[in-house]
Amino acid sequence: MFPYLPHTKEEREELLAGIGIDSIDELFTDIPDEVKLERELDLGQPLSELEIKRRMEELSGKNQDLSEYTSFLGAGFYDHYIPSVVDHILLRSEFYTAYTPYQPEISQGYLQAIFEYQTMICELTGLDVANASMYDGASATAEAALMSTAVKRRRKEIVVSTTVSPEIREVLVTYCSAADLVLKEVDFNQGVTDHDKLKEVITEETASVIVQNPNFFGQLEDLAQLADLAHDVDALFVVVADPISLAILEAPGNLGADIVVGEGQGLGNPQSFGGPHFGFFATTKRNMRRIPGRVVGETVDDEGNRGFVLTLQTREQHIRRERATSNICSNQALNALAATVYLTLMGKKGLKEVAKQSLKKAHYAAERIAKLDGYELAFDGPFFKEFAIKTEASVSEINQELLEDKIVGGYDLGNDYSQLSNTMLLAVTEKRTKEEVDKLAKRLEGIK
Amino acid sequence: MRKGKELIFDLGKEGRVGFSLPEDEFSDMNIEDEIPADYLRKEEPALPEVSELEAVRHFTELSTRNHGVDSGFYPLGSCTMKYNAKVNEDVVRYSGFTNTHPLQPEGMVQGNLELIYDMDRKLSEITGMDRFTMQPAAGAHGELTGLMIIKSYLKKQGATEKTEVIVPDSAHGTNPASASMVGFKVVEVKSNKKGLVDIDALKEVVSEKTAGLMLTNPNTLGLFEEDITEMAEIVHDVGGLLYYDGANANAIMGKSRPGDMGFDVIHLNLHKTFGTPHGGGGPGSGPVGVKEELVEFLPKPLVEKEEDKYYFNYDMPNSIGKVRSYYGNFGVVVKAYAYLLALGAKGVERVSEDAVLNANYLKEKLKEYYELPYDRVCKHEFVLSGKRQKEGKVATLDIAKRLLDFEVHPPTIYFPLIVEEALMVEPTETETVETLNQFIDTMIQIAKEAEENPEVVQKAPHNTVVSRLDEATAARKPKLRWKSEE
Repeated sequence: MFPYLPHTKEEREELLAGIGIDSIDELFTDIPDEVKLERELDLGQPLSELEIKRRMEELSGKNQDLSEYTSFLGAGFYDHYIPSVVDHILLRSEFYTAYTPYQPEISQGYLQAIFEYQTMICELTGLDVANASMYDGASATAEAALMSTAVKRRRKEIVVSTTVSPEIREVLVTYCSAADLVLKEVDFNQGVTDHDKLKEVITEETASVIVQNPNFFGQLEDLAQLADLAHDVDALFVVVADPISLAILEAPGNLGADIVVGEGQGLGNPQSFGGPHFGFFATTKRNMRRIPGRVVGETVDDEGNRGFVLTLQTREQHIRRERATSNICSNQALNALAATVYLTLMGKKGLKEVAKQSLKKAHYAAERIAKLDGYELAFDGPFFKEFAIKTEASVSEINQELLEDKIVGGYDLGNDYSQLSNTMLLAVTEKRTKEEVDKLAKRLEGIK
Repeated sequence: MRKGKELIFDLGKEGRVGFSLPEDEFSDMNIEDEIPADYLRKEEPALPEVSELEAVRHFTELSTRNHGVDSGFYPLGSCTMKYNAKVNEDVVRYSGFTNTHPLQPEGMVQGNLELIYDMDRKLSEITGMDRFTMQPAAGAHGELTGLMIIKSYLKKQGATEKTEVIVPDSAHGTNPASASMVGFKVVEVKSNKKGLVDIDALKEVVSEKTAGLMLTNPNTLGLFEEDITEMAEIVHDVGGLLYYDGANANAIMGKSRPGDMGFDVIHLNLHKTFGTPHGGGGPGSGPVGVKEELVEFLPKPLVEKEEDKYYFNYDMPNSIGKVRSYYGNFGVVVKAYAYLLALGAKGVERVSEDAVLNANYLKEKLKEYYELPYDRVCKHEFVLSGKRQKEGKVATLDIAKRLLDFEVHPPTIYFPLIVEEALMVEPTETETVETLNQFIDTMIQIAKEAEENPEVVQKAPHNTVVSRLDEATAARKPKLRWKSEE
């Protein structure tokens, strides 16, 4: 009847006899009558595996998924290609049915994979230390803000550019407000953080300055200059990065970033309606002991063999309790493993190729669309794989029409920025083709 | 048996590739023309250069150096390492779930919205709460969310004097850590001789400053807090709220509901109670449920239904805001939903019955050989003490390491902190009688070895790919990444 529950009726009796009691009820006598549930839960009849699949197919089928459409929707989550190998490795059940590697002798596989992941994140970000993963890019950014107040003791102010993703900023607001921190926003100019306004906003109370690169509009920020401004008031400089872009863009760590975080979805994880993905988190050696979450380190066993363990654990909640650097326990290990496999397969050349093709196709699309009547680029600066385009018709109208041609259009920036009404954010990854971009352009031309 | 394994960075050759992508359609375009030179990378990241098969062999070998639930018994207390049904791995990969973007128009993702809405109702029914958010990504994240909700609620009440959160001395470390992230002062309350929260001690620490009490029930000793209604009254009387840490919910489904016990806010761990895999440390999912008067503070958006259409409700002015992007670890929610379909009402209750049955059976059979500090009926887990063995110079750590030789993942050790040399055993409901008996025999054998041949235990493990690792040096001289020049 229940394939996950092995006991037969006879075995249950055998176990009860072993305990020395007659009925299951005797095991629940410690629950006082007034809180005992005296009815069956309203959860329906159990379903067979076949029926489960039918119900789930029905639900899945009620979605119009992007495999049937050509998507130009990004805004933080991207349609990058995922090699077949990734999922085959994720389905190795020694990985996915394990928990946090508390017993290193029987968890060397996962510990080593995390060590390799940490190395790859350090290589991409140009920093010295990475943790084993965070829930997502947004909570990783919020944890970076909290960490900066621990590093810069007594400073209670966080400064964030409005070119940071609105979704990330919303999470930042929630965390900062709970921790009684002051969050100040800096406006943008020409699609990038306004340096003059930043200068006005930062003070000796600022614990960190947070920017995103490429920013939410796809535009590239001048990280070196921004880092200088943050460091002028001795604040930490936090960069939210797109990991794919780091194959061709200068590592933020080489431009003055003290913490680099970001959303790791694009590295081998499907969009999956927003999760599960993972956030990455890297910092300098100097701030190593302030980093939140799990960290794996290399060591040796009694016989001198190389091995790996969870380390720097005295920062963590299970040891330090209310004085821990963060409360995080479960993270997104399997999603980080997907990234490790992805980065291994793509390697030095492949990741660069993904980044280059995305960039080139986005630039072709931008140029092609900007030439159309009624469309112009919102910003002139350099960009990576996303760009904002001003439209005459409303973005929702345009998107509605595009859907008829099985195209999912871009994100409506007017949702979050009042000054950017009738502005669409289009994302182009390596998966899009010239033909698809041409089709989009042709279709846009007809919408006025 | 013992052997190291080369790192992925030690493999491969310069120029070797493991990827294939379509030809570049814009080979005449140069990125240098589009991006200022200062912004471009000068030095390539040292990523691997391996063939596809090299990559597959590397990660396959790594997987063989790892123990999961599918490899063998995993009675890790407080973590509910039950079987992870394979059908759930299949259904979560349906294209409608994996290939939807969080920003697609609601009309295109009605299936996802229906699933979230339905899951909310199922979890509310199981726990006796009114509404759930799926946004928190893990248990600790749920705690953080719940405490933010409590803080917002108290703020709206004007109860600014409420700055303290009470946590039992047996609590998970995440409880005090979460409370302090929300700016609450943590006040510890002692357990009594029965292993339960001491009511008199609770009365002493409760005051007008009390914002809330965080409680796991059954607690981390696996014991049901029998005085729960009285405790709820004590906290509610001063205007505080009750937070339920759902880590141990596997013990009470269909038997008792936190909502009926007086809890105002709870989180569940879908990766514990609801059978989704732990993934080697995540992804989990920590839905938070609240009573009616707290619904307005939940993270936004909530899924609502109007006639037969589902939509996201962002019109929640008192919401604490978002704690994570979009709708949480959606894929994990999909798996937990399929799990609940498989069980239905009868199955869910049977889960808790068998989890409790298995734990009590192990407890009774092992208490002769190991000290049992709290000898009474337990719920889904129980805590032994290795004190007796420690006197004979075999530490609980040694016992844990010896278990590795029998391909058993050891119980949680040295937790809860109030039990000396603690061994916290949680068998779960999915294990057979044969596995339980095998574990009993193994534990008895180790207890005997501890007396007769302690060295074999002290030097364990003997059969693993590495022997005990030098954790002290790892922490003192951290080597947290590979470097090419080494």
